Amino acid sequence: MKALSQKRRHPLAAVALLLLGLILTGGLYAAATAPTAKADTTTYTAADTEEGSKLFIANCATCHGMGAVGSPSGPSLVGVGAASVDFQVGTGRMPMENQGPQAEQKPAQFNEEQTKQLAAYVASLAPGPAVPAEEYTDGGGNAAEGGELFRVNCAMCHNAAAAGGALTRGKYAPALAGVSNEHIYEAMVTGPQNMPVFNDANITPEGKRDIITFLNTIENNGSPGGADLGALGPVSEGLFAWVAGLGVIIAFTIWLTSRTS
Amino acid sequence: MSTATESTYRPATKVGRVTDFVDQRVGGSPILREFGRKVFPDHWSFMFGEVALYTFVILLLTGTFLTFFFDPSMAETTYAGSYVPLKGVDMSVAYSSSLNISFDIRGGLFMRQVHHWSALLFVASVAVHMLRVFFTGAFRKPRELNWVVGGTLVILSLAAGFTGYSLPDDLLSGNGLRIIDGVVKSIPIVGSYISFFLFGGEFPGSAIIGRLYVLHILLIPAIILLMIAIHLFMVVVHKHTQYPGPGRNDGNVVGYPLGPVYAAKAGGFFFIVFGVVALMAAAFTINPIWNYGPYDPSPVSAGTQPDWYIGWVDGALRLMPGWLFGFPLEWHIPLPWGVNTLSLNVLLPALVPAGIVFTVLFAYPWIERWITKDDREHHVLDRPRNAPTRTAIGMAGFTFYCVMWAAASSDLVATHFHVSLNDVTYWLRALFFIGPVIAYAVTKRIALALQRKDREIALHGRETGRIVRLPHGEFIEVHAQVDDYKRYKLVGFESPEPLPEIVNSDGKVTQAEKLRARLSRVFFEDRVAPATPAELEASHAHGDHEIAESENLKEVAH
Amino acid sequence: MADHSDGTPAGSHAVARAGRSDVEKFQDPGLAPHRLRLADTDPRAAKRAERQVAILFGVSVVGTLLFFIAYFGVRLDDTIATLRLQNLLLGLGVAFAMLGIGTGIVHWARALMPDHEVSEERHEIRTERDRVAAQRIVEDVLEETGIKRRPLIRNTLIGALALAPLPAIAVFRDLGPLPGNALRHTMWKEGTRLVRDPTGTPIKASDVTIGSAFHVIPDGLNELEHGKLEEKAKAVVLLMRLNPESLNPSPGRENWGYNGIVAYSKICTHVGCPVALYEQQTHHLLCPCHQSTFDLTQECKVIFGPANRPLPQLPIKVDSEGYLVAQSDFHEPVGPSFWERG
Repeated sequence: MKALSQKRRHPLAAVALLLLGLILTGGLYAAATAPTAKADTTTYTAADTEEGSKLFIANCATCHGMGAVGSPSGPSLVGVGAASVDFQVGTGRMPMENQGPQAEQKPAQFNEEQTKQLAAYVASLAPGPAVPAEEYTDGGGNAAEGGELFRVNCAMCHNAAAAGGALTRGKYAPALAGVSNEHIYEAMVTGPQNMPVFNDANITPEGKRDIITFLNTIENNGSPGGADLGALGPVSEGLFAWVAGLGVIIAFTIWLTSRTS
Repeated sequence: MSTATESTYRPATKVGRVTDFVDQRVGGSPILREFGRKVFPDHWSFMFGEVALYTFVILLLTGTFLTFFFDPSMAETTYAGSYVPLKGVDMSVAYSSSLNISFDIRGGLFMRQVHHWSALLFVASVAVHMLRVFFTGAFRKPRELNWVVGGTLVILSLAAGFTGYSLPDDLLSGNGLRIIDGVVKSIPIVGSYISFFLFGGEFPGSAIIGRLYVLHILLIPAIILLMIAIHLFMVVVHKHTQYPGPGRNDGNVVGYPLGPVYAAKAGGFFFIVFGVVALMAAAFTINPIWNYGPYDPSPVSAGTQPDWYIGWVDGALRLMPGWLFGFPLEWHIPLPWGVNTLSLNVLLPALVPAGIVFTVLFAYPWIERWITKDDREHHVLDRPRNAPTRTAIGMAGFTFYCVMWAAASSDLVATHFHVSLNDVTYWLRALFFIGPVIAYAVTKRIALALQRKDREIALHGRETGRIVRLPHGEFIEVHAQVDDYKRYKLVGFESPEPLPEIVNSDGKVTQAEKLRARLSRVFFEDRVAPATPAELEASHAHGDHEIAESENLKEVAH
Repeated sequence: MADHSDGTPAGSHAVARAGRSDVEKFQDPGLAPHRLRLADTDPRAAKRAERQVAILFGVSVVGTLLFFIAYFGVRLDDTIATLRLQNLLLGLGVAFAMLGIGTGIVHWARALMPDHEVSEERHEIRTERDRVAAQRIVEDVLEETGIKRRPLIRNTLIGALALAPLPAIAVFRDLGPLPGNALRHTMWKEGTRLVRDPTGTPIKASDVTIGSAFHVIPDGLNELEHGKLEEKAKAVVLLMRLNPESLNPSPGRENWGYNGIVAYSKICTHVGCPVALYEQQTHHLLCPCHQSTFDLTQECKVIFGPANRPLPQLPIKVDSEGYLVAQSDFHEPVGPSFWERG
């Protein structure tokens, strides 16, 4: 006991107590808010933020401005959150190659570590949607309920089979096959470019998990009827019937009416 | 002859006795005598009518199978079948039974896919058959009425296709029905009444699927069968047309006898068409209704399109602007009892292009007959190049159709060619007007050029590609003369000339007659006359010694 | 020396203008001489063709067997992969069975059956003798009925025949009710909560962050016993929030939104597709069916495409618990135009 009371007066004791208190309250807060908030499992160190800041100044500040406050050629990133950075940089949309109707998906320019650092920096500017916890992106939800949510909220732009679709003036909603579960989740919470935001009040994290499960299911299943012809609907079917179907039949008619040697 | 009812023929075999028994009662012999060796001309382009007939037979066969499992009820149910992404979802019984056919009945998916692929091919082959008949002039006397029957079959096949497309009650076809409802409502005065009668109340109601089902499996196929019977009966009456060539004229028909060659080819072709459709259904998904989900008025999928044959009407709806240079196309007309709404932005594209296409289509035989004043029977076809103006008109009409057709896929054109959706629409709006004109001019030029090429070949022979140097140093290309049979194919056509105004019995030239004469000039002013024997003679005698020499050289070379 | 390669008429009068006619024509040389096939002359070739036909028929038998193997051999186990496999094998079986027979018969006909072209005379479709006889019959029949002499019979018959089909039209009256006022009203009324589609949970104003789009149905829709889809088809709404400065409400409509939150009918005023594509940066709404584009910042005015009228706005407010509710029904009929709309 003596030893303890002595240690209590140790200069570092106050710091330790403070840390303990912080961890406890933080943990309690996290536990209390976990069901509604996007449990932030990715922790960023100060070093991440530091490195991210350097990367940002070197690669992003031209358009997004110093301190990410935005400029005429790029929006402010204050408050967009780590999820937005992870999505935009992770899918290669940012940095943009050239100004167009919308940022194109392309091979990512930064590795995972750098993406994380950039996310840490942007997240440090102001609170915003965080990178989703794994429990919501594991694809273990209810595919049927996800399908209903998908048809109401997503299919009008992304197509009922997630094959993508056109928007106005050269913009488009991309196909969703091959997009990682994290990126799908992040797109929903951040609303990249012209996509509307689907915050957790609109579609709960569980609902998002169901949507991801639905997308995984239809992607893994493939089409029961054979090749899906791009899942584009009647247009590709009509094209196929005319070109391949009628084409093969015409080849047969020519053979049938020709003379043998 | 008084004992004519008692046959003295005693068949030797059992089969013979049975056949004879039937024959004495139904009179098979005279039928077989008439048709057993009937001659049918053979050409690949004559087969599209058969493709249409055979795909229709396939549709009847697979359709009958599907009716055993399909339930056209719009009552609400909860899906409990084996397709996981829809388990527990509320839907109509019609949609649920379509899913059961696809997932829980062995071969059901295959049957659905055969049915739908054949439907697409059925309408496509009807369309191609009609184009063949148009471009070869097979609609001319005495076949004008059969052309009308064919046109009716086109409309019926569209109706059959559309009613079938809507039956599964999925999201895609449901939105299609909603568009139909919107178009129906735009009809002046009676629009909303028709809509309420069609759907049994407010859209979507619970009646439409059952009603479409009766149309799809009973009424429309019955009328199609009747029309096919009339169509084929008239083919028998007229005998088939034939392409021009040596030994073929308007008084004969040259080809293969029905038994055995033609019957074998036509019969075998049924199995080939069935086989091709089966291959498509085996390996290629069509109408994946499980992707679309049950019909619900709130969701919609990107890329909502009808099947290809309705596409042109949908495309017309897309091309029409709602506002024209600040001028609204929806009119609010003040009338004594109140204001009524006329929705020209819906009504015009839904009715006018289809109205133009079908009016011209049905009337064309009489239009051409009036212009040419040609009352002869035609059994020998025109090669399309030898009727340049008709071919050009046909291509103009086809282009008009294709622009609207393309417009129905404007969103997919935009995403797949990385262009702006709006620009695609602007371009197609321009092409809607300019396209047919360009097609007319280009086609006419191409047809005339091909005729000139035929003339050259008839008179001077084919280019062989062999370059020969003559003793005096000149280089010439060796031309190989064509034989009499091939030449006749190139020169044996009619090239009518414009028919000037003719005075009527009152000694006057009417306005209509003036118009006719002007159209006749448009039709026949530019013409390439078929080569004549005198010209061939001249080309041999005059300046064409190189050909004679080359013929010698050719012999030397061999 | 004339240059023939480019096909120019070069003084040969090839392109004749109006008024020139040919006096002479090539004579029809008659059918081309028949050419024998390999199988006609070479018995070995004929034998080979015979074997090929038999093999094709054999392929058909194999195809039919494959169908049965696929039908009974592949067990459906609720996975898509087996269904796809079964569909493929069934289809290939049928395809081989059919193509084997078809190509076999056609090959038989082409290679082994006689291929002499035959010429047959065409006959007149109607001879003059037939016409005269038929006309006589018609005249006699008409005379015997006396229809020309007895106009009373003729006219009453025409009248009766004209009226008789009318019941056949009238019986279709009960296909559906009359429209009445149904197209003018929706389920929305003052105080109806805006709830999420399809879950039916109410929405707080604070849930709708800038850039959000909520797909909304009226509260109570999911609980309807009858006419659920009919009501939904009129009542669906898209709820969006944008910066209040971006909105330019016209006089009288300033209070139809709440802090930049606005609700518009999702049913296109063109032909009724759900206009659900919201571009949150351009604030444009696009209809995926016919590409009508509406500008949210101009009260959903049409800026492109075939629609003519703006989307109707649903006036909304916030109730005492902070939930979004409707102020009233739409102030105009939703969806496509109709004659009585006004």
